[in-house]
Amino acid sequence: MIDEAVASIDLNLIAPELTLLITACVILLFSFARSMQRGASAVGFAGLVVALVLSANQWGHQASGFFGMVTCDNYGAMFKIIFCVASLLALLLAVRYFSQRGLNRPEFYALLLISTLGMMVMANTSDLVVMFLGLEIMSVPLYVMAGYVRRSLESNEAGIKYFLMGAFASGFLLMGIAFVFGASGTTDLRRLVTDFNFIVSNFDLFLSLGGALVLIGFAFKVAAVPFHAWVPDVYQGAPTPVTAFFSVGPKAAGFAVLFRIFTFGFGDLEVLTNLFWILAVLTMTVGNVLALRQDNIKRMLAYSSIAHAGYVLVALAVGTQGAVSAAIFYLVAYMMFNTGAFAVLTMLETRAGSKSNFSELAGLAKANPYLSAVLALFMFALSGFPPTVGFFGKFYLFASAVNNGFIWLAIIGVMNSFLSVYYYLRVVKVSYFDSPEGAWTPVPFSTAIIVVLFVTAIGTLGLGFFPGELLKLSQTSLIAFL
Amino acid sequence: MPVSAFLVLAGVLFAIGAVGVLISRNIIVLFMCVELMLNSANLALIAFSRALHVVDGHAFVFLVLTVAAAEVAVGLAMVITIFRNRETINIDRISILKW
Repeated sequence: MIDEAVASIDLNLIAPELTLLITACVILLFSFARSMQRGASAVGFAGLVVALVLSANQWGHQASGFFGMVTCDNYGAMFKIIFCVASLLALLLAVRYFSQRGLNRPEFYALLLISTLGMMVMANTSDLVVMFLGLEIMSVPLYVMAGYVRRSLESNEAGIKYFLMGAFASGFLLMGIAFVFGASGTTDLRRLVTDFNFIVSNFDLFLSLGGALVLIGFAFKVAAVPFHAWVPDVYQGAPTPVTAFFSVGPKAAGFAVLFRIFTFGFGDLEVLTNLFWILAVLTMTVGNVLALRQDNIKRMLAYSSIAHAGYVLVALAVGTQGAVSAAIFYLVAYMMFNTGAFAVLTMLETRAGSKSNFSELAGLAKANPYLSAVLALFMFALSGFPPTVGFFGKFYLFASAVNNGFIWLAIIGVMNSFLSVYYYLRVVKVSYFDSPEGAWTPVPFSTAIIVVLFVTAIGTLGLGFFPGELLKLSQTSLIAFL
Repeated sequence: MPVSAFLVLAGVLFAIGAVGVLISRNIIVLFMCVELMLNSANLALIAFSRALHVVDGHAFVFLVLTVAAAEVAVGLAMVITIFRNRETINIDRISILKW
């Protein structure tokens, strides 16, 4: 039953969320002022840093409040830190990209903050309805961000496609929640599991139907095959800093919720293991195979992000705590090198008329040796070469699969990684060995993007040399996992 | 009336909505189909809530209605932008990017 401690309205539990909400409101309210129009990015940056510190402060606290709707634990704190960092990096990328296009308006930063707030709400609860609300708070600003460049037909198209697919998926998710509620009379995963012992004692139609529909809803969000059709178009059409955010933030949020629901909540259902096995293999394979023959780098990275979602799905199939901590490690690692790759693309797109096609990379190594060296580093990390963090991410994931008897899953995963080397190294090959067709257009210098490149490159290499610390951190985040 | 009657109705509405999203070509009609899906879930929530004698489901419906309203506001704004740029809201003709 709900006791007083659980029912309490304790604002400390939602301090990071409140910070972001207030910052976003301030940005919107004062967006008429000249100084805010120029300084919105700085205000947003400050808000995100404060939220990051407050989230880190929640590390080690275990509490529940707002009538059981909000659950604070290490797991939530860990993911909140991931969201804040992803959002900070995307913000730094966006400043230059949008100001160059005359689109650096305050509302973009408000949208980014509200979207991050939604992700935090998702990670910070064990109630299905609050997860749904968080998902919507996250998604609705994302639709706008995808279609943010109003005059660009590609951006329009990305926005509307993302919107239609997202709304379609929330329909499934909501129906799923309704059925779980109908089967058990509660939407709180903790009550479902501990108080009622419901899942162990009852196998009933409504519950499995509900679980399946919830899975479909979130599979759309993390872009698991066969629910991935929207990803390439949206990633290619959206402004590049937004794509960088898409491929990291919402994906991590989706997995945060999936792990909570399906390794904790519905963890005892046998059928799930097979389902996630199939989903993981399909997602890895389809993503990698389709990435092989893309001419646009953003589109290639979109398919690669599908493949990486497949690697993380391996952890859901395995379903042990060790696998989940490996998945958290992988999500952090992926945030580093994927945002880095998109940062290089953003930098290249500050040249006029750039569409991020492979051919535009030709001659990069001669003109900008440092830039092409970091790009190569991120590509090696994406394909999982040591000593980058990409190698350890995959190593921990597949090791957890092997340790729990999922040998074939690990073998298919490793084969897929080999396949992916081809298209990642094609980027390196074009930038080092191909000569440009016309004259090379110089890449303008941008401090904010350099900062992002620096942080992500340090992260990719540093975590590669000392992976133990991060792994320990992600293991601690699962203490009293709920 | 038994709860199953409401559930069948909700299921049928949900199926109509889902099929509609997949086959309709007009974005406005697509929106209406998505709304149909959300509202069929609302119907299921209310039916379950009544059958189980708890009020949680009734409360959730209000949350869902709010969310749906916010979604439609954003969606219609996007349709207007697209219509201004293209003079069409047919989903087949909005295909610069490979679908």
